[in-house]
Amino acid sequence: MKKFTNNVDNILVESLSGFARAHQDLVSLNLEPNFLTRKQKASNKVGIISGGGSGHEPLHAGYIGKGMLDAACPGHVFTSPTPDQMLAAAEAVHADKGILFIVKNYAGDVMNFEMAAEMLPFTSATVLTSDDCAVINSTYTTGRRGVAGTVIVEKCVGSLAETGASLEACKTLGEKVNHRTSSIGVALTSCTVPAAGRPTFDISDSEIEMGVGIHGEPGRRRETMREADAIVQDMVQAILEDFAAKNLATQGAEALLLVNGLGATPLMELYLIYNRAAQLLAKHGVQISRSLVGNYTTALDMAGASITLCLLDNEIKQHWDSPVHTPALRWGL
Amino acid sequence: MSIDSSFIISAAQAIQHTIIAHEADLESLDRAIGDGDHFINMKRGATTVVEMQTELQALSTDVALNKIGMKLLSTIGGASGPLLASFFMGMAKIIKEHNNTDISTCAAAFSAGVDTIRQRGKADVGEKTMLDVLIPVSKQFSILAAQHSSAKEIAAALPQTAEQGMLSTKDLIATKGRASGLGERAIGHIDPGAKSCQLMIEAVCNLIK
Repeated sequence: MKKFTNNVDNILVESLSGFARAHQDLVSLNLEPNFLTRKQKASNKVGIISGGGSGHEPLHAGYIGKGMLDAACPGHVFTSPTPDQMLAAAEAVHADKGILFIVKNYAGDVMNFEMAAEMLPFTSATVLTSDDCAVINSTYTTGRRGVAGTVIVEKCVGSLAETGASLEACKTLGEKVNHRTSSIGVALTSCTVPAAGRPTFDISDSEIEMGVGIHGEPGRRRETMREADAIVQDMVQAILEDFAAKNLATQGAEALLLVNGLGATPLMELYLIYNRAAQLLAKHGVQISRSLVGNYTTALDMAGASITLCLLDNEIKQHWDSPVHTPALRWGL
Repeated sequence: MSIDSSFIISAAQAIQHTIIAHEADLESLDRAIGDGDHFINMKRGATTVVEMQTELQALSTDVALNKIGMKLLSTIGGASGPLLASFFMGMAKIIKEHNNTDISTCAAAFSAGVDTIRQRGKADVGEKTMLDVLIPVSKQFSILAAQHSSAKEIAAALPQTAEQGMLSTKDLIATKGRASGLGERAIGHIDPGAKSCQLMIEAVCNLIK
C-alpha cells in the first residue's frame, strides 16, 4: 500500500491543518477537541452542525460556510466523533436559536450525537440522514445508512437557517429532503483505512460490490463486473423501486441527480455514469433539472460511485439554488 | 482481593495486552462484517486507560470507574465509545451507592453497566452485538453471587459463559450495529464487538483465578 503519510497516527491532524490553511478565508480549526467553524460566526440563526468519521472528504468540513454548515466535527477515520467535540462546536457557534445536528444514520454517530445533545446547555434537534436504499429497512435494524444525500440535506437546511428560520422549521425541511432522497453506491475496489494498512475487503478484478457503504461495508450482493450501462441500470432501478416503496411518484417528478465519486474514480467515468443515469431517468419520466457530479462524499481511496436522486419541490429547489460559499460548494455569489 | 484502583489498573493492562495480542483476529472479523476500525478503536481505548494509571491510583473505585467512562467517551468514538463509557459510568453509580466492592455489589454493578449499554444501544440478546456476551455473563455473575460463590469460582465460570455468548453470534443475522445492513451475509461471522468483550472478560477473570 502506498499512501501519503508521515506518522499514520497524525494523518487526521495533518490533513485538518492543511484543510484549514487552504481555506483560511472560510474556516477556522480548533484542535483537542477537534472541530471546525466558519471564519465569521453567524448571528441570529440556528447553528447547523454536522460531523462523522473522517475519510469522506469533503464531507463535512468542506461544507462549512455561508449557506450551509456552521461547524463540523471530524472523528478518526471512519469513526464517529465524540460528544466533547460536538459540545465545544455548539458552544462556539451557538447564536440563541438553538443547534441542529445533521447526523448520518450509523449506530456510533447516533449515540455520540445523542449523548452530546443530552449534555448540551441549549435547545437542540437532530436530523438523521438515511438515503442509502441498498439497506433494506426494517424496524428491527439500525436502519438505512446516510450517504451522499447528506450533502443535499446540509445544503437545503443550511440555506433555510440563513433566513433566520426556527429550529423546528430547519428540522422539518431536513427530514423532508432526506425522505425525498435515495442513493445507492457500487464499489470496484475496496478502500484502505490508513491505520489498518490493508484493504477493508477483498474483491477481485472481475467483481463489483453492489450497494457498498461509504466505509466499505458490504452491500446488497457481490456481482460480476459488467459494462457501465448495465451497472447504472441496476442502480437506477434500485432507486426507482425505493421511491415506489416510499409511495413517492417519480413519473413526471422534477429531480436533482447527483453522481458522486467514492474517491478513486475519475470524473471522466462519473460523467459517463451521469450520462446513462440521466437517459434512463428521462425514459422513466423523471425530469432532471439540477445536477451535481464529482467527489462529494468519498470513501477514502475506494474506486466506485454512487447515484443519488432527490425529488424536488419548490421549497427544496429554492434552497438548493440559493447562494453557498464553502470550500467544496460555491455558487450564486 | 479487592476491586480497588490498583486492580482496575491491572485489569486495564491485561485488557490492553489481550486486545493487542488478538489484533489479527479482531481485524479479520471486522473486515468481514464491519468497517475495519474496531481493533484500532479498542486499542486506543485500552491504551488511554493504561495511560491514566497515575491519576487513577489515588482514586476510590467508583470515582476511578467514572473517570474512565468520561475519558473513553472522548477518546474511542464510534459505537464502542459511548457504549463502553456507559458501562463504566453505570458500574460507578452502583459502587458509589453501595459504598463497597463486595461480590454482590460487583455483580450488581456489572449488571447495571450492561443495562446502560442495552439502553444506550437500544439492543438486546440475539442481535449480533457485544450484548450477546455481556448479558449472559451478567446473568451468570448475578446467579453465582446470589449462591455466595467465591471470587475464584466466579472468575473460573464467567469466561466460559463469555465464550459461549461470543460463539453464538456466529449464526445470527445482525439487527443492530454496522453489520445490520448485511442481512444473511453476516451469518457465519462472529461479531467483532462480541469477540473483544469476550477477550476482555477472560483477561480480567484471569487476574483473579
